[in-house]
Amino acid sequence: MIGVGKIKQYSNVLDKPLSKGKQEVSLSAFAFLFSELVQYNQTQVDNIAELERRLEDAGYAVGARVLELLCHRDKGNRRETRLLGILSFVHSTVWKVLFGKVADSLEKGTEHEDEYMISEKELLVNKFISIPKDMGTFNCGAFVAGIVRGVLDSAGFPAVVTAHFVPMEGQQRPRTTILIKFAEEVLQREARLG
Amino acid sequence: MAAIYSLYIINKSGGLIFYKDYGSKGRMDTNDSLRVASLWHSMHAISQQLSPTTGCSGIELLEADTFDLHCFQSLTGTKFFVVCEPGTQHMEALLKAIYELYTDYVLKNPFYEMEMPIRCELFDINLTQAIQKDRVVLLGR
Repeated sequence: MIGVGKIKQYSNVLDKPLSKGKQEVSLSAFAFLFSELVQYNQTQVDNIAELERRLEDAGYAVGARVLELLCHRDKGNRRETRLLGILSFVHSTVWKVLFGKVADSLEKGTEHEDEYMISEKELLVNKFISIPKDMGTFNCGAFVAGIVRGVLDSAGFPAVVTAHFVPMEGQQRPRTTILIKFAEEVLQREARLG
Repeated sequence: MAAIYSLYIINKSGGLIFYKDYGSKGRMDTNDSLRVASLWHSMHAISQQLSPTTGCSGIELLEADTFDLHCFQSLTGTKFFVVCEPGTQHMEALLKAIYELYTDYVLKNPFYEMEMPIRCELFDINLTQAIQKDRVVLLGR
């Protein structure tokens, strides 16, 4: 078995295949960068709703790019065209690339047909963030909601996406739920496709 | 059983930014704790100057009849110190652990203003856990 697994030697550097690169980045580096993003946006706004919107917009740009990249890399330039397909794509593929794990749960809303929820016990962007009491229900997960909206919108599934804290029984910390409310046309199209 | 009486964190100019007491012994009101914080800041600075050898980084341990005071100073000048029962072991490790929690849950929190009092829920939760874990370790001995 000698020689098995030995890397092939290339005489010319140009013949070498492109390395896939490191798949992970430092969590600390990300946390500081994200913290700066939030702090910068805080200086640009005068109310919390505006801050939420700005974070969401920042995420939207990420989402649109992530969709493009993943469709090219993982799906051979194809994208999901069905509602459940795109939702599970976000829940598993997108989440895995961005956060290194599949999201904790994907559920359909009980009250409305057009609502879906992705829940996460400890959202990566919120790992080190404590919201001050005077900011009420503000959630930095708005950035992630923006990413989800970016992916869905670019894939042809316009939706309103928001992030909420949901208290959990027996848990000290609430979990974060990303609420997705699809536009009417999406559901009509789904119905037509059967 | 060895016990921790209280924990202080002071910023680089000597202002108290975090204070917590554990148990009834050594409990202090807000004014007293602020006074202890700035007193300790000055004493720490003076000790650096008084040291007969150069490169002294200030008092690390103060041993008194009724308590021990362990101090840890970070590179940026933030000081962490615990007041505990005389002879309590492993306080250096605990202070390092608290410093780590501070860098994680305070410095990475976008809503924390530097040098200001610490009001971060996650820091409180994790600190309580760290102190409890430390107590369990001490009890197990």
